[in-house]
Amino acid sequence: MPSTLVEKYFRTEKLPQIWCPGCGHGIITRSIASAIDQSGLDKDKVCIVSGIGCSSRAPGYMDFNTLHTTHGRALAFATGIKLANPEIKVIVITGDGDATAIGGNHLIHACRRNIGITTIVYNNNIYGMTGGQYSPTTPKGDKGTTAPFGNIDKSFDICSLASAAGATYTARATAYHANLLTTLVKNALANDGFSLVEAVSACPTYYGRKNKKGNAVEMMEWQKNNAVNVAAASKMTQEQLEGKFLIGEFKNKPEPEYTSEYQKIIDKLAKGR
Amino acid sequence: MKKEPRLMQGNEACVEGAIAAGMRFYAGYPITPSTEIAELSAEKLPYVGGRFIQMEDEIAGMAATIGAALTGVKCMTATSGPGFSLKQENIGYAAIAEIPCVIVDVQRGGPSTGQPTCPSQGDVMQAKWGTHGDHPVIALTPSSVKETFDLTVRCFNLAEKYRMPVILLLDEVIGHMREKVQLPEASEIEIIDRKRPACSSEEYLPFKPEEDLVPPMADFGTGYRYHVTGLVHDETGFPSNSTKVADKLIRRLVDKIEMHKDDIIQWEEENTEDAEIIILSYGCVARAARTAMKALREKGVKVGLFRPITIWPFPEERVLELAGKVKSIIVAEMNLGQLVLEVERLCNNITKIDRVNKVSGEIIYPEEIAAKVEEVL
Repeated sequence: MPSTLVEKYFRTEKLPQIWCPGCGHGIITRSIASAIDQSGLDKDKVCIVSGIGCSSRAPGYMDFNTLHTTHGRALAFATGIKLANPEIKVIVITGDGDATAIGGNHLIHACRRNIGITTIVYNNNIYGMTGGQYSPTTPKGDKGTTAPFGNIDKSFDICSLASAAGATYTARATAYHANLLTTLVKNALANDGFSLVEAVSACPTYYGRKNKKGNAVEMMEWQKNNAVNVAAASKMTQEQLEGKFLIGEFKNKPEPEYTSEYQKIIDKLAKGR
Repeated sequence: MKKEPRLMQGNEACVEGAIAAGMRFYAGYPITPSTEIAELSAEKLPYVGGRFIQMEDEIAGMAATIGAALTGVKCMTATSGPGFSLKQENIGYAAIAEIPCVIVDVQRGGPSTGQPTCPSQGDVMQAKWGTHGDHPVIALTPSSVKETFDLTVRCFNLAEKYRMPVILLLDEVIGHMREKVQLPEASEIEIIDRKRPACSSEEYLPFKPEEDLVPPMADFGTGYRYHVTGLVHDETGFPSNSTKVADKLIRRLVDKIEMHKDDIIQWEEENTEDAEIIILSYGCVARAARTAMKALREKGVKVGLFRPITIWPFPEERVLELAGKVKSIIVAEMNLGQLVLEVERLCNNITKIDRVNKVSGEIIYPEEIAAKVEEVL
């Protein structure tokens, strides 16, 4: 029997989803639906846009206006939707490869414009759909099918990247910290400008197996044991933080939103006539 | 009151035509020789409540155009060769997802950065085959500033009517040339809007075609919550792995245009009734061809001009008819032979086919075309 949340926000006839057993993406998707529910959004006025990859399959299961686009381009499609009809609440679901490799340029410019789009990056540290190639968030030294001897690239910190590029809301949680994730997505939805929430997922099938991270449960335990909330981290020493990663809100500084600024131009010109 | 005639550039006429046709959204990226289209869209759109955005790259310009089209507005983007190459990814998306939008390509010399400020007709085949996979294509090509206005309107109408991306192929000469133009009154312009669903949201199947093979399209945000994907999909819009569904979809997309060829295809011909030789050319080259034809006619040479206005789909039937009556068709174009391949495919065993080609970045002169006619005679 599906939960009321599932019945209300998912296309139940499309379930079960395609993700592997133990994948964190289902939990993250549920957190997003929960955040939408708590925000009281009208389903008809919500549009969920995605690119290509495992995470980008999520919108197909969700009962909104949904758009599954080309690889990396979700934010560019979403920008068109938002600017053409600012009344639509636009949410982008993307992955680490989709958002920060092929879509990296679109990401930094969407941040810079502070356009009203809420972006959730499902970060599983790997290209899952194509079978386990290293991504821009695969930790240095870890393996992928295209890094058989260990990855020598430095990895991106997605939240720092988005904050630096101009996003006015950035935060991170994990599939393990699902309630926190819901709260952060809800806060992100409340920001008029560009928001990014990184949702740390787990890919036991490829990333986990390639890097001996254990099974799905062990990967979730790793998230539990190594995530440190930003508030707690401020009281910890460098040594105590070694090998840990931060979760929580990193930036929440609202600024004028792009489509509102554009509307001001339209209004000004209309008055001048 | 009639509008005053104005001196304007082809690129400007394109923007005037787009706004007259109902364009309310433009997303693009600056590139010579199409930049004036972006600049003028930025200036004019907010006055009519429309929106312009300069995106971070050409790919994003195409993507944002598609996104906006899904909300129900009429959209355009413009570019030139290098940008047209980049846009191909999402032009394919617009083809499979049946998104009405207009893409203007002001052709310049290529390949690659090539000759940014020089005219060319090197993108004729790219307009047809630029994106991967089988897909329908409509491409129109004007040869004057006034015709740029008219065909831009027509591009929007065809995009809306057949729910697909439509390409306007300009060249640097037509884009930058200035001519005196008398724009039509709004009441004189035919405007077509896309079909929207007449059924309830519960009954709506977003990719179920009607008899004309075109499915009605609901605007995002109006209560018809549906799914759009670049994957092969069935009538519900959801992806399918069925070979039957794939075959049916791709054939319908192509048939959608085949079925309406007579409505889509336009051409112009002059002096073809008694012609022994026909010059086939389009865009800026058709102007040189007309001058050559007039000079030759004064000398008594029976030469005519055939100018495809719709390049894709190609006016096959009429070209075949004419081929049966003439000694030669001379195809004059600013590339090393692109549209001539289509003429050869159709008419190889029917008449002699000759070529006038140039890829230097210089226009083809009337004398060069006339010389070829006299050589062939």
